[in-house]
Amino acid sequence: MSVLRLSKAVYDAIRAHGEETYPHECCGALLGRSAAEGWSINSSVKAGNARTDSAHNRYQISPGELVRMEREARKQGLSIGGFYHSHPDHPAQWSPTDLAEAHWLGCSYVITAVAQGKAVLTNSFLLAGETEEKKRFELESIVVSE
Amino acid sequence: MTIYIPTPLRPFATGKDAVEVTATTVAGALDALTQEHPDLRKHLFTSEGKVRAFVNLYLNDEDVRYLPAKEATAISPNDTLSIIPSIAGGGPQLRRRGRLSR
Repeated sequence: MSVLRLSKAVYDAIRAHGEETYPHECCGALLGRSAAEGWSINSSVKAGNARTDSAHNRYQISPGELVRMEREARKQGLSIGGFYHSHPDHPAQWSPTDLAEAHWLGCSYVITAVAQGKAVLTNSFLLAGETEEKKRFELESIVVSE
Repeated sequence: MTIYIPTPLRPFATGKDAVEVTATTVAGALDALTQEHPDLRKHLFTSEGKVRAFVNLYLNDEDVRYLPAKEATAISPNDTLSIIPSIAGGGPQLRRRGRLSR
């Protein structure tokens, strides 16, 4: 099982973002470095949810915003290692939509369940597989350090 | 020009996050990229040779699909091309309660 490592500050930030945007889904990127067992995340970057038509159960980060995030990551000597979003009043489990719309193979997708405005469980899933046709989510461990 | 390779495609570009190519159009740049790194082709293009729907191409800060000439857009040596797979998703479809119209 792969491991996603992040600091408590980043962990708390992505969960707090889900509480801020409740009852809508929040989203953002995770910047870090790839290690043998998984990603080691240095920072998170909030993104706007472009799905204003259905923000309670859909999210999208606009490609233009992703270009800026990639640029910022390069400046910091980091890579986009994954993304996070929240599920308002729904489990921290990937949905068929999450899988269908996931295309960053080898990256971590972090989901936080936000129940009645409070962040509860946060899970991370590695988008595994060598191709778009064989992609799958695999649960990974989250290690939070001080 | 410089083509920036996103994280998921770097394993197919020998780990590189950027590749320098010489070309005169966006399409030419992609062709040069996949000639140098053939394993990228199936990730970028459909079997019909079109850019896959979830692959966004940005010439500097502009989405190529909205440029008048699209992939035939001319490029200059100082331009950059960013390959950006889409990122989206969400929870399950919520059930709606039926409402009677009045």
